[in-house]
Amino acid sequence: MSSALDQIFVHAKHWLLSWIAGAPGWVVQIVSSLINIVALLIVFLTLFALISVLERKILGRMQNRYGPNRVGPFGLFQPVADGIKMLIKEDIVPARADKVLHFLAPVILAAVAILTLGVIPYGRNMTAFRIDGGILFFFAVGSATELAVFMAGWASNNKFSMLGAMRAIAQMFSYELPLIITVLPAVMVVGSLMPDRIVFAQGEYTLGIVPRWFVFTPWGAAAFILFFVSGLVESNRTPFDVPEGESEIVAGHMTEYSGFKYATFFLAEYLGMFAVSGMAVTLFLGGWHAPARVLEFVPSYLWFFGKLSALLFVYIWLRATLPRTRVDQMMNVAWKFMLPMAFTCVIAAAVWHYGGRGLRGWLWSLLVIVVVYSALSILLDTRRKFARRVYRFAE
Amino acid sequence: MSGVAFILISILTLAAALATATLPNLMHAAFCFVLALLGLASFFFLLGAEFVGLALVFIYIGAVAVLIVFTILLTRRDSKEHHGVNWSGVLIAFAVFVGLIWAVLKTQSLSIVPPHIRALTVRQIGQTLMTGYVWPLQCVGLLLTAALIGALVLVMEEKK
Repeated sequence: MSSALDQIFVHAKHWLLSWIAGAPGWVVQIVSSLINIVALLIVFLTLFALISVLERKILGRMQNRYGPNRVGPFGLFQPVADGIKMLIKEDIVPARADKVLHFLAPVILAAVAILTLGVIPYGRNMTAFRIDGGILFFFAVGSATELAVFMAGWASNNKFSMLGAMRAIAQMFSYELPLIITVLPAVMVVGSLMPDRIVFAQGEYTLGIVPRWFVFTPWGAAAFILFFVSGLVESNRTPFDVPEGESEIVAGHMTEYSGFKYATFFLAEYLGMFAVSGMAVTLFLGGWHAPARVLEFVPSYLWFFGKLSALLFVYIWLRATLPRTRVDQMMNVAWKFMLPMAFTCVIAAAVWHYGGRGLRGWLWSLLVIVVVYSALSILLDTRRKFARRVYRFAE
Repeated sequence: MSGVAFILISILTLAAALATATLPNLMHAAFCFVLALLGLASFFFLLGAEFVGLALVFIYIGAVAVLIVFTILLTRRDSKEHHGVNWSGVLIAFAVFVGLIWAVLKTQSLSIVPPHIRALTVRQIGQTLMTGYVWPLQCVGLLLTAALIGALVLVMEEKK
C-alpha cells in the first residue's frame, strides 16, 4: 500500500505513456519529457505562488503585524491578485534600451532556474532529468545566471541597472567558488556526480537509529552551512541582497523592468532559491529519505518537500531577522573565510574516509574542522584593529 | 531523430557564428558568440560526451563569456562605421579554413556511419585524469593557482 502511494506519480506517468504505446520511439521520448516538464512547472509555479504569500504572512507574524489578509480565506488568494495586477500593468521599456536583450534577460533567468530544477531527485524514481553528471549540469547551467543578470543591467541603459548588475555578478562569482567546493566532499565520498546516487548513499542508518545523512558528519555539517550561506548569496536573498539596495541603487539590475517582466525576475529568484535548497537537501539532508526507519511508510516525495519547506522557512526567517550586509564585508567573508573553510571540508571528508568512516574518522575530521576554524577566527579577528575608522569615498 | 537534431543545431550554431562575425554592436556579437558555444556544447551532448559538453557550458558560458563582455565594456568602442574590408582577417580565416579542411580530408577513419563507442561516464574520466594524466592535471592546477595569485597581486592596493 505504502509503496503504491510512494510510486503513484511514477505509475501515473506510465499510465499516460501507455496511451501512446504504439507510437514510434522518438514520439514516446518527447511525450515522456513533456510530461516531466509540465509536472515540474505545475509543482514549482504552485509552490512559488504559495511561498510568495506565505513569506509575507510569516514576515508579518515575525514583525508583529498581519500580512496580506484581504483576498480569500487568510489572504491565500493574494498570488492570484498579484498575478493579475502584474499582467495588466504597463510594460515600460526605456527608449534607449536594447529592446531584444531587455526582453531576453528575464526569460533566460527563468529558463535557467527551471532547467536546474530538473536534475534534483524529488522522490524514489522521481528525477525529471536523469544524467550522469547531474551535479555538474546543475552548476554549469546555473552559471549562465550571471550572463543573464549582466544582460539585464546592460540592456536597460541605466547606470543604476549597470551598477546593480556589477554588484550581483561580483557576489555571484565570489560565492560560486565556495558553493561548488562544498559540493566536492559529498561527491568525493559517494564517488559519483549523479544526484540519485548521492541520495541513495545516504539511505542507511547507523545503529539503526541515526540516518546516514551527510549533515551528521563534521565535514557534512560544515559544508552544509557554507553551502546554505552561498546559496543565500546566489539567490540574492537578505542579508545578501546588496544588488537591490533600495537606498543606494534603486532595484539594481531590475530598475528598468516593470509589469510582467519584473514578475519574471521575481519568479526566477524564487525558482533559483528552490533549486539551491533542493540541492542542499539532496546533498546533505538525505534527499527523499525518511529520518527514521519507522517513518519510511510516508511517501518519499513528502519527505523531500518537507525538508525543502524547512529550508525555505529558514530563508524567510533570516530575511525577517538580519539587516543587509555591506559589499566589502561580504567579499571579505567570501574570500578570507568561506573559501578556506570550503577547502577544509574537502580535507576533512578525506580524513573521515581514511579514518574508516566510523567514530574514529568522525572525531578526526571534527578535529580538522575545529582547528582550521579556530585558526581562521584568530587570523581574521578585527577587534584589535578598531583604532581609527577611515572612511573611503569614491576616489 | 538525432539527424534532425544535428541539422537544427548546426543551423543554429552556424547562424550564431555568422552573426558574431558580422553584427556591428560588439555586445550583440558577444551574446551571439555565447549562443554559438551553446550549439557546440549541444553537439557534445548529441555525441554522448556529456562531461565535455557540460564543461564547455561551465567554463565558456559561465566564465569566459562574462570575461569577454567585461572586456568589451572596458574597451568602450562602438564601431558603428565600417572601415572597409579587413584583409588580414580574411586571410587568417581562409588559412584556418584550408587547414581544417586539409586535416579533415587527411583523416583516415572518416566514415559516415559512426563507430559504436560506449558513452564515457564521469567516473571513467575522473579515473583517467587521476591516474594516467595526473601530472598534466597538477601542472594545469599550478598554472591556474599562479594566475589567481597574479591577479590578486595586480589588484592589490599599494601601501603608502
